[in-house]
Parts: sequence; structure tokens; C-alpha cells
Amino acid sequence: MREYWQEISALTMRWVRRLSREKFSMLFTLVQPMLFWLIFFGNLFQRAADAQVTQAPNYISFLAAGVVVMTVLNNGLAGGVDLLFDKENGFLERLMSTPIHRSSVILSRFIFVMTITSLQVLVILGVAFLFGVQPATGLPGIAVILLIGMLFGVGLTAISMAMAFSVKSHGDFFSVLGFLSLPMIFLSSALVPLAAMPGWMGFLARFNPMTWAIDAVRPLILSSWTEALPHVGMVLIVMAIFDAICLYGGAKAFRRAMG
Amino acid sequence: MDRAIAIDVSRLSKTYDGHQAVADISFQVYAGEIFGLLGPNGAGKSTTLRTLITLLAPSSGSATVLGHDTARDADTVRRLIGYVPQERAIDRFLTGREHLELLAALYHLSKAEAAKRIGELLKLVELEAHADRPAKTYSGGMKRKLDIACGLLPDPKILFLDEPTLGLDVQSRLRIWDYVRMLKARGMTVVMTTNYLDEADQLCDRLAIIDGGRIKIIGSPVELKVGLGGDIVSLTLKETNRIPALEAALKGQPAIRAVRATATGLDIRVESPEKALPAILESANRLDCRLEFIKYNRPRLDDVFIAHTGRRIEEPTASSEE
Repeated sequence: MREYWQEISALTMRWVRRLSREKFSMLFTLVQPMLFWLIFFGNLFQRAADAQVTQAPNYISFLAAGVVVMTVLNNGLAGGVDLLFDKENGFLERLMSTPIHRSSVILSRFIFVMTITSLQVLVILGVAFLFGVQPATGLPGIAVILLIGMLFGVGLTAISMAMAFSVKSHGDFFSVLGFLSLPMIFLSSALVPLAAMPGWMGFLARFNPMTWAIDAVRPLILSSWTEALPHVGMVLIVMAIFDAICLYGGAKAFRRAMG
Repeated sequence: MDRAIAIDVSRLSKTYDGHQAVADISFQVYAGEIFGLLGPNGAGKSTTLRTLITLLAPSSGSATVLGHDTARDADTVRRLIGYVPQERAIDRFLTGREHLELLAALYHLSKAEAAKRIGELLKLVELEAHADRPAKTYSGGMKRKLDIACGLLPDPKILFLDEPTLGLDVQSRLRIWDYVRMLKARGMTVVMTTNYLDEADQLCDRLAIIDGGRIKIIGSPVELKVGLGGDIVSLTLKETNRIPALEAALKGQPAIRAVRATATGLDIRVESPEKALPAILESANRLDCRLEFIKYNRPRLDDVFIAHTGRRIEEPTASSEE
């Protein structure tokens, strides 16, 4: 057990070191593009968005939940990229020839991605706060938001790592990534509530785990615990299923690549 | 000679995606020797090496390292070996010292033990002065040295090197050879792949020539060359149309083992040049063949390679997948 922890912490420190070596990259990791969505999209659509439809005092407070979950989505889907490079330059092979638990590499990646994602979510909520968005459920609500983000992020990171282990070239990886992320966003309740979507889009969005995550985060920010709790309960169930499927697939891809 | 066996490969085959990379190979590596797997790209060397270091499971057959099966007892094998991959498996953003610290943790060394060993290794590969710079500032030779230090960190019984000098300049190459010889002198067993004939010739105690997933022959470089049967006298003729006549005249003469026509003359394999040369010159005179040039060669490893695979090592193979 002590050895296991030694492996995981050393590998996690490696990810942290890599990030900290690139000052620019670190800066842009925290001050991320997702903030533009919040600041520009949020303010831009202030008058175009109908408060009757969004059921929110203003569009930016409606959008905040969507941007939080979009951050989780982007980080999760990109979570396997570094392993992809490790696979391509032989570093992964070097790691795998050492007497470590095979899962240490993967776990270190989960820990790192989840930590960075949580920090980013806090930055987003902080910026939203500057624009007058005060989470209705306070600090405990923020803790629940981070938990939901992690639950969704675990599954996404697993998908990303599975892809990293399966693709033949990193070109394939980035094409699939680029292809996936926009439909995931538009076919969710990130920008518009389900009820206001064209029927077919609303129908598809119901199968998107992202919708469930957003629908739980949003009342935590906008309304109250009574409003939020049923959604939070629901998202826990959805994420348990989503994560189970993703982790199963990820484990399979990993074993195939390493076998 | 009875020597301790470090690695025993028995009827090993590996197939992926319907392509047979390694087909039914068997060989042994003795403790304390430098063993080379020589072959062109795609021959199956890397597949064999990856099986030995537990990264691939055999499709059939087995391999044991110091008595431990590489598939069933992989974790034990991993504790006994060090590996230097073919690619520069370096994280550009980490410093040399951080690479070694990371690996020390993965081999579960204590902080004190790790610091001591890392200090020794940095000294050994002469990277002390650069240990705290990110690896992206390293030259190719320095990266390779760091690679080797990483492979040595676990203080392995057996060190595996995959194409250790691929793409290095001459000086770095000689330096790496020195390290490998020094490791052998310390009693380490070294297994390496290479597609450089001179490297195999100069460095390896024994080598296996692999081509098309099969072992063509195993032996020490000297044995392999002697096994070809004799030295070679190469003639270059002034008039190339006389080649067939001279070839016919020389065939079957005492002290001459084989005659082969080339584009400009003949390659004659002889038992001893002292006896053969007069006979060759006499025949050439009698047939009125004027000689442009006579060259006398002891067989090189190139010749061994050609004799056993039917082509030069530089010529590409049908499959380039390694």
C-alpha cells in the first residue's frame, strides 16, 4: 500500500512539474478559454435571451452552470493527451517496464485532471461572482458542484485515456476530440434549457450525461437546496452508470494496449 | 563450457493483427555476456526484446529471465531488469535529476537510497553539471546518457538496450560502447538490439541474426565469420567478358572453396591465401586475363549477414513494422 502511494504521488508530481515548467501554459490553464464563454457569451446574450425562458435573473447566471460543466467536459476529453504523447515517445513503455501497479499511471492522471478541473471551476465561479452571480446554496453548494464535476470528469477522462491507448496516431485522437466536443455542448442544457429547445434537440439532449450534470449544478447556483436536491440525487445515479461504462471501456482499452 | 543461463527463450512466437512478428525462436543468454539481436528493421528484434521485458505476452512459447517467467511472473522480472528504450523516452520538461527521482520512486527506493544512487549515476554518465536543467536543453548524446542512467537506476542484473546508438554521432557512439563494456566488466548481463553490423561485431560477445521473425544463426562474431569458411580474395578484371572462363577454371581447384562472379570480377573463397593465390594467378595468366586489382579480405560480419539472410542489412524488408 505504501509502495502504491509512492508510485501514484511520484507520477502525479510529474504532471504538476510539467505544467509548472511551462509558465504560459500554466497561466492559460487557469485563465482558460472557457472564461470567454462566460464573460462574452454571458453578457452578449443578456438581452437576446428571454428571462422567462431561462428562468434566471440574467443570462450570465443561467450560463454559469453550463460553463462549469463545459470546463469539466474539455478537461476530461483532453485528459488522455499527455498519455498519448507518453505512448508515442516511449515514456509509457519505460514506466511500464518498472515494477509498478499498472493502475498507478492511470490513477495519477485522474488525480491531476480532477485537481486542475476543480481549480478551474473555482476560477469560473469566482469570475461569475464578480459579475454578480452568487451561488444560492453557498459554500456547501460549491462543494457539491465540485463533486458533480469530478464524477462527470472521471468518466470523460477514462474515455479520453481509452482513446489515447487505442488510436494509431495522435491526428486521429484530435479529430475525434474536435468532433465530439461541440455537439456535446449544443445537445445539452448548457446554453438553453431543455424545454426551450427544438423537440428533436431536446430529445437527444436528454441522453447526454452533460445535461444531467448541468441540470443539477444550475439550481445549486440559481435557486435553493429544495429545488436542487432531486436533481443532485438524479445526477449521482446517472454518473454512476456513465462512469461505470467509461471505466469498463477504459480498462479494456488499457489492457489491450499493454497486453 | 558450462555457463549460468540468464535468459532462456523457448519456442517463442508473437502474432499481432494476423502478422507474425516473431516465429518460433529459441535462444539462451549467458550471465555476464553482451548478447546482441542483430537484424534489419522489422526483423522482430524489438518484439523479442519487448517480450523479455514483460511489455508483450508471447502468443506461444515462453521466456524466462533469471528463472522467472516473463508473463506469469512479470513483476519479479521487472524488479531484476533495467530497460533503455529505443526512442529518446525523455520528458522534455523534467530535468535529468527529476527523471531519475521519478524512477527511483517507481522502484520504491527510499529517499536516502535514491539520492545516493542518483548521485553515483549522474557522475557515471557525466551529467552532473547538467542534472538540474530541463531535458529539452540536452543534446542527443546527453539524452542517450540520461536514458542509460535511467536504465541503470534499479541496479539491474540484466540491462536491455534497444538500438542504443541509433542516430548518434560517432563520438557519442563510442562513449556508449565504453559504458556497455564497463557494465559488462562489473558483471552485468547486457542484451541489446542493433542494426549496425560494426556495433554487433565490436561490442557483442555473442549475437543472434534475426530476419523475418526467425533466428538465422547464433554465435560469437568470430565463430560466425569462421563459420563462413575461409577468407575471400576479390579479383577485378580488365576485361569483364573473361569472367566466366576464369570462374570455370578456378572452380574445383585445391585450396579454393567457392567462386562467385561479381559485376567486375570474382569473389573467391579460399582455405588459405598462401596456397590459393599462386593457383589463381597461374590460371589468370594461362587464360590471358589481365587483372586490374586484387583484394584480400577476412570475412566481415556483413558477409555473415548476407550468407544467412541472402541480402544486405541496409536493404529494406517487405514489412517495415517493428
